[in-house]
Amino acid sequence: MELALEILPQVLVDGIVLGFMYALIALGYTMVYGVLEFINFAHSEIFVLGSFVGVEILLMLQSAGQLTAWPPALVLLLVIVAGMVISGLAAMALERVAYRPLQGGPRLVALISAVGASFFLQDALRLFESLWRNTFYLSYPTLDLLDETVPLTTNLVVPVKSILVIVTALLMLAALHFFVNRTRVGTAIRAVAQDPETASLMGIPVNRVIALTFFVGGAMGGLAGVLFGLHYSLVNPYSGFAPGIKAFTAAVLGGIGNIPGAMLGGMVLGLLEAFAASYLSILTNGAFGAEYKDVFAFLVLILILIFRPSGLLGEKLREGRA
Amino acid sequence: MSCAGTTFGLIAYIAVSWSLAFFFPQSVLAFLLFEASLLLIYYLPVHPKMKFYMGASVLLVLMPVLGFVNGYYLEVAVQIGIYVALALGLNIVVGFAGLLNLGFVAFYAIGAYLWAIFGSPQANAFLPGGFFPLSPAWFFVFLLLSVAVGALAGTLLGLPVLRLRGDYLAIVTLGFAEVVRALVNNLDKPINFTNGPQGIAPIEKPPLFFRPLLEFFGIQFEPAKLYPLYFYFLVLSLVMVIILVTRRLENSRIGRAWKAIREDEIAAAAMGVPVVRTKLFGFAVGASFASAVGVLFAAKQVFINPESFTFMESIGVLAMVILGGMGSVPGAILGATGVTILNLQLLKGLSLWLNSLRQSGAVLSIPFLGSYSLSQLPAQFEPAKYERMVFGLILILMMIFRPQGVLPPREDRKL
Repeated sequence: MELALEILPQVLVDGIVLGFMYALIALGYTMVYGVLEFINFAHSEIFVLGSFVGVEILLMLQSAGQLTAWPPALVLLLVIVAGMVISGLAAMALERVAYRPLQGGPRLVALISAVGASFFLQDALRLFESLWRNTFYLSYPTLDLLDETVPLTTNLVVPVKSILVIVTALLMLAALHFFVNRTRVGTAIRAVAQDPETASLMGIPVNRVIALTFFVGGAMGGLAGVLFGLHYSLVNPYSGFAPGIKAFTAAVLGGIGNIPGAMLGGMVLGLLEAFAASYLSILTNGAFGAEYKDVFAFLVLILILIFRPSGLLGEKLREGRA
Repeated sequence: MSCAGTTFGLIAYIAVSWSLAFFFPQSVLAFLLFEASLLLIYYLPVHPKMKFYMGASVLLVLMPVLGFVNGYYLEVAVQIGIYVALALGLNIVVGFAGLLNLGFVAFYAIGAYLWAIFGSPQANAFLPGGFFPLSPAWFFVFLLLSVAVGALAGTLLGLPVLRLRGDYLAIVTLGFAEVVRALVNNLDKPINFTNGPQGIAPIEKPPLFFRPLLEFFGIQFEPAKLYPLYFYFLVLSLVMVIILVTRRLENSRIGRAWKAIREDEIAAAAMGVPVVRTKLFGFAVGASFASAVGVLFAAKQVFINPESFTFMESIGVLAMVILGGMGSVPGAILGATGVTILNLQLLKGLSLWLNSLRQSGAVLSIPFLGSYSLSQLPAQFEPAKYERMVFGLILILMMIFRPQGVLPPREDRKL
């Protein structure tokens, strides 16, 4: 029990970091679901793409000898902005190529196309990295600033990279909230999500709004990818699957289509997972350990879908949506 | 008259392609031509009786003889058979009932582990008495048992989740498959059920019950030569049984109910179709097929581990069903055959060819772009490793250009 209490603050920090990652990725799922009502299965690859953009830029800076010469804040800003923009553009391209031709068809058709896109992108990334660097398992170069730690209390030491994740995620989530709720374009996105036909009658260019939604969701995924890489350092083309599926769980947990819900769901799932990873083994005397944390997330998903398909914050969905 | 001409042409084609494959055992192309003969038999306007005789002779005589000459062909044929059986099972769930199941491989894994645990010394780890491995004769008992276990697993998963809407169902089935894989991967402690990531070996093969018969006729076979043939016929019989069951179901009351639900769930419910029960039955039937195939797979492989049951495998089978045409039995067979050949022969062949190019050190000179030494081709570039890309492309392109598949079911074709 002593041990259980001692690690609690550390577990909380881990959970919060994980929670923000899931929240950022979940936004992509939930926003796309809001406007198109389908699961953008390839979003996890958009997220991984962000990780790869980040690692490529850092490796290039490193080989040019500029990594330590530039101020760390500038490097981080560059990596984050580049990751967001490229991931956002990739999400737009994906929508144009793989989803728009299917609009109006059965939803399962779009979902199958999305699964195909996800698989295709995984191997496309692998192919590119294999040809470019001769390996597709990459690791982020170390940035000294990120590995420094800030001692908060005697037994809680928080690394700068965790603080970076938390601060960046909070800033972007606030910006997104402002964008969706306070700007004209954000209003258009909400209008399309509520009723695409009426929105189009009101003069909203629905297809452009959908593309924009993909861009914003993709950018959030790309940001999560960069932060994921900076925090956990190892990336490969297939590393998006587990975070992606968990972020989707988070989106459903919060109520799919609901933006604050995605943030809340991500946070709840991140904390649950961190607790499961640390305490499962203590509670069961080592019989079940951290390796069951993925199982845990899936069980959460199945249970929510059975008992509260509209999620924590989701309103009662219209007939045919739930 | 044209009918007779076609018949002779077809027989000539089979004879020529078979001889090619027989005399050039290294040629993938000849084997492909021979495999295509089955498709031709199905499609060409020939008398149904002739079709039956020709199909039977290709499957029962020509293919085994070919396989006896070149064991690799038989291996490919067995793989194709396994995937055909899986695709037919998934076709019931996705094609007939319209339920997108992204975790089909879970049931396959359940069947495979069922026989792997009890057909190997593994079960001694948690059951006292040292009765294991069970004698090979139990294989057929487990084949039947796996049908029941698969159906049970399908029902248990289906009961809570079949009320969910289509895309949620897809994600939940995916999650279920990942849970099954995580369990199989981690249940080596606290009690060793599955031996974790190391997998289970050696698994008993099915019994050679016909051995006395062969010896009676004075035929002596090496078991090493005999087993591939034996598995070929086992898989073939399993596929035949599955086709028969699927065909009977398709044209029955329950098959029509599946299609009614697929087309319009609310209308079907209004017409008195018990929606959840019907869906559940489809789910269970598909699961039991996959589980039976799993038993066969475990016996054939002798060694299995969780790596064989990844999400990739589920998507591969889905790609087969979609390529062939959802809801179409010949489509599922064609899709499974096509994708398996693509994977096992074409991509591997391409990889080997690229490798030989790399080693030959030839220099490719492209006008205006300069020359490129092929030995510089990165070793990572091996088409056989990019099956995800192939599956992905199949899924996207089919959905955009031909969502009904290559061989759509008959009733769609009439419209």
